[in-house]
Amino acid sequence: MIEGLLTLSGGLTSLVILLIIIFLFKEGAGLFQNPAVEKGYALYVHAENPVEALLPGQVKAVFDWETTNWKALGGMDEEIMPFRFDDVFSLYTEEELGVDYELLPQKLGEIIAEHQNIIAFLPEQYIPSDHIRIKKLPSENIRMADFFGGKEWMPTATPAPQFGVLPLLAGTLWVSLFAILIALPLGLGVAVYLSELAGERTRKILKPTIELLAGIPSVVYGFFGLTVLVPLVRKALDLPVGETAFTGSLILAIMALPTIVTLAEDAMRSTPKAMREASLALGATHWQTIYGVIIPYASSGITAAVVLGIGRAIGETMAALMVTGNAAVMPSSLFESVRTIPATIAAELGEAPSGGAHYQALFMLGCILFIATMVISVSAEIITKGRMNRGF
Amino acid sequence: MAFFVFRLLAWSVVGLLFWILGFILYNGIGVISWEFLSSMPEDGMTSGGIFPAIVGTLCLVAGSMAFAFPFGIMSGIYMNEYAGNGWIVKFLRIMTNNLSGIPSIVFGLFGMALFVNTLGFGDSIIAGSFTLGLLILPLIIRTTEESLRAIPDAYRIGSLALGASKIQTIRKIILPMAFPNIITGLILSIGRVSGETAPILFTVAAYFLPKLPHSVFDQVMALPYHLYVIATSGTDIEASRPIAYGTALVLIAIVLLINLLAAALRKYFGRKVKTN
Repeated sequence: MIEGLLTLSGGLTSLVILLIIIFLFKEGAGLFQNPAVEKGYALYVHAENPVEALLPGQVKAVFDWETTNWKALGGMDEEIMPFRFDDVFSLYTEEELGVDYELLPQKLGEIIAEHQNIIAFLPEQYIPSDHIRIKKLPSENIRMADFFGGKEWMPTATPAPQFGVLPLLAGTLWVSLFAILIALPLGLGVAVYLSELAGERTRKILKPTIELLAGIPSVVYGFFGLTVLVPLVRKALDLPVGETAFTGSLILAIMALPTIVTLAEDAMRSTPKAMREASLALGATHWQTIYGVIIPYASSGITAAVVLGIGRAIGETMAALMVTGNAAVMPSSLFESVRTIPATIAAELGEAPSGGAHYQALFMLGCILFIATMVISVSAEIITKGRMNRGF
Repeated sequence: MAFFVFRLLAWSVVGLLFWILGFILYNGIGVISWEFLSSMPEDGMTSGGIFPAIVGTLCLVAGSMAFAFPFGIMSGIYMNEYAGNGWIVKFLRIMTNNLSGIPSIVFGLFGMALFVNTLGFGDSIIAGSFTLGLLILPLIIRTTEESLRAIPDAYRIGSLALGASKIQTIRKIILPMAFPNIITGLILSIGRVSGETAPILFTVAAYFLPKLPHSVFDQVMALPYHLYVIATSGTDIEASRPIAYGTALVLIAIVLLINLLAAALRKYFGRKVKTN
C-alpha cells in the first residue's frame, strides 16, 4: 500500500512536466488556428479589385494609413480607402439604418459596391451575400512565420492584431545577456576570492551572506530597482526615462550573482589539491596558479554557472516587468525601454480574453520560455557531465 | 594588488545586499506598527494596513505545504530507496531538474490553464496553492533525496538484518536520521513560496480585497502581489509609497527570518549529530 503510494508520487514530477507540456502547447498551438483578423469579422473589397488575399501585416499597414496605394499590394494604381464598421454611423443617421439596424447590411453593401478602392473591416453578420459587387477576402490563419518572424507585437490592434515575437525575443536576450556580462566578471571575482584567497572564517561569513541575496523575493528587487536604480540611471546617464534595458540588466545581474558565485566557487574548490601544489612547486605564483590551473580546470563548472545564470535571467518576471519600461518595440540601444517575454505574459494575460488569439499567443510565449529553459538546463547538465567524462 | 581587487569585489557584493536591505529597512521601519500589520487597507490602498495580504500569504504557504510536502517527500523516498539506479530514476531525476529550471511565470500559465480553467477552481486559494506547490516540488524532492543518500547503507543493512521490513527501516531508521536535512529544505521552500509573485498573478491574487477568505475557493490578497500593485499601479503611487516600503519590509523580514531559521536549524542539528 505505502509502497504503491511512494511509486505513485515518484511519477508525479514526470506527470507534471507532461501536463505542463500538454496544456502549454495545446493552448499555444491554437494560435495558428486563428484567423488573422479578429474573430467574427471579415475584410471586404469591391468585386473588381484584383487583390485576392492580404497578409496580417499588410492589413494592419493599410488601416494604420502606412500603405496608401493598392499598387503596393499588387492591385491597381489607386488610393486605398480603409473603411471601419464605425464609419457607417457618420454616413447615415440611426433612422436611416432602420429599427434594429435592419437596413444596415444593405447600406454596407452599397457603400462597398460604390467604391472600387475600398477595403472594409466589418462584422460578418451585417454583410449581404452580394457576390456580384462585393468580394470577401479569404480569412487566412495566423502563420508560424508571422509569429516567429514578425517584428511587431500589437496584440490588441484592429483589424489585424500583430503577434510578432521578435521584439520580445530581442528584449529578453538583450536584458539577460547584458545582465550576465555584468554579473560574470563580478561573480567570478567573488568566487576566486572565496575559494582561493579568503580565510576559512571569512568564507564562512561571506558565503551564506551572498546566498541570502538569492532569498530576497524578485518583487522586492523590482521595487528596489524601481525606486532606486531607475532614478539613478536616469540622472547618471541623462536619459528621458530611467526604465531601460540597461536598468533591467543591472537588477537581473544582481539577481544572477548568487547563482554564478555559488556554482563557480564550487567548481574552483573541486580542483584537486595535487594540481595546485604541483603548480606552486613548479615556481608559479599564487596568481599564476589561479588563472593558469584553477580557472581552466573549473571552466566547465563556470560555463555551467553562466548558462544557468542566463536561464535565471531569461525567466525572471517581476523585476523585469517593473524596471524595463515594457515598450514592445525592437530595441536599438541598451538605453531604451524594452519588454521581455515573461514580463509580456505577466502584463497582458489579465486582459486577454480566455481562449482568444491574444491569450493563445501568450501561451505560445510560455512555450518559448519552456523550451528555452529546458535547453538551458539540459546543456548545463551536459557541460558538467563533459568534465567528468574527460576524466580529470 | 590584484588580490585586493578580488577582496573589494567580494565585499562590494555584500555591500550590495546591505544596501538593498538597508534601503528597505530605513524607509519601511517608520511605517511598521501593530496598526499597520492588523488593519485593512483604506483609501485606495494609500493608508491603512496590510492584514489581508499577510493572511493571504499565510493561506498560500499552508496550502502549498499541504500539497507539496507529502508528495515531495514521498517522491524523494521513492527515488532514493525504491527506484534503484535504472533508467527510471535517471529519467525522474532529469525531469525534476528540468522542473526546477522552468520560470515561475510558466507555472503561473500552467496553473491558470489547469486549475483555474480546466478544473474550474477559478481564482482561488486552492488553485494558487497547487501552482505554488508544483513550483517547490522539485526543491523538496531533491533535498529529501540528497538527505537520504547521505545516510550510510550500513544502517539500512543493519536494520534489515535485524528482521525489520523495508518500510519499518525507512520509518524508524532512515527518516529520523535524515529528518534535520529534510526539515531545512522544507523551511527554505516556505521562504520561496512566500515571496513568489508570478505564479499567483493569475491563479489567486486579488488586486484589492479588504476582507478575509472564508473557504479555499476564495481569492486572497498576497504580500508580494500587494507590493507589486502598490508600487506600480495603485490609485496614487506617491501617496502609497510608505505602504509599499512597509510591505516590502514585512515581506523581506518574513523571507529572511525563514532563511535564517533554516540556517540555524542546520547548524543546531549538525552539532547534535557530531556529538552522537
